[in-house]
Amino acid sequence: MSSFFVRKSWWKILSFVLLAYTIIGGFLLDVPRLPILNESIRNLYFHVCMWFGMMILFIVSFIYSIKYLRTSNHRNDIFASKFAAVGSLFGILGYATGTIWANYTWITDQNQSLANVLKEPKLIGAAIALLIYGAYFVLRGSFTDIDKRARVSAVYNIFAFAMLFPSIWIIPRLVGSLHPGAPGSESGNPALVFNDIDSRLRIVFYPAIIGWTLLGVWIATIKIRLQLLKDKTLINV
Amino acid sequence: MYKLFLRFLFIAGCLFLSCAAFAQDKVEMADSMRSNGKIYVVVAVCLTILIGLFIYVFMLDKKISRFEKNKE
Repeated sequence: MSSFFVRKSWWKILSFVLLAYTIIGGFLLDVPRLPILNESIRNLYFHVCMWFGMMILFIVSFIYSIKYLRTSNHRNDIFASKFAAVGSLFGILGYATGTIWANYTWITDQNQSLANVLKEPKLIGAAIALLIYGAYFVLRGSFTDIDKRARVSAVYNIFAFAMLFPSIWIIPRLVGSLHPGAPGSESGNPALVFNDIDSRLRIVFYPAIIGWTLLGVWIATIKIRLQLLKDKTLINV
Repeated sequence: MYKLFLRFLFIAGCLFLSCAAFAQDKVEMADSMRSNGKIYVVVAVCLTILIGLFIYVFMLDKKISRFEKNKE
């Protein structure tokens, strides 16, 4: 990452502007009137954006893991681990917000039993994916040798990223899910067909994804810089 | 015959659309919150949290920049 990207703060301000727009537009602009969801469709700007942010951060982490394996540059390992950490944070936040949303739509309004909601393949898949990333940090912590830690965890990170796709993107779409994108659902497949999201939602949704992701990147860069500082003091001592 | 079929399709489509529009009106939304203006309170609260969070992260950022300068 060039110093331009780290120190110049235009994209940090952009993140703030986009998130302020997300809150103002997200609460005040018109949304489609949908049964069951009602006003809670506005969670699209918050809950769904957590998962999109997580996805983008995990992609960045994956790229840095490959870069580490190609170059053996220790910086790339730090980048990969910190982006994975913030990605996991977003994933946990997405999970937490999802439980609240599910409680008031699927359980209360749709009269789904708790057992049915727990069988929801996207919940299981997301839990598996997050646990796999959790194991990434356990793995990192279990090495004392820095080079070995970096190499093994880079390989593991690539595996974790590969597991992300079947568990949260493919399987829920194959076996049927309460989430949009399930076979035969009225909501279409909004992740792949852009027009399946109402245009009134899209004008807030896309800026919101960028805003939340930039915030995640910002937090990750702070963590990275802190780690680099720690490493420097370690070497100097 | 074909024309008749098209006409039928058109009428069925109109009926469907009007039904859909009717169903849409019945969906309950937080309209009262919007009309009495309390939604602005929610927006103000969320914006305050957002501003506070960003100031905090910005100061953290500045602090680390200072450390980085000292190291060099």
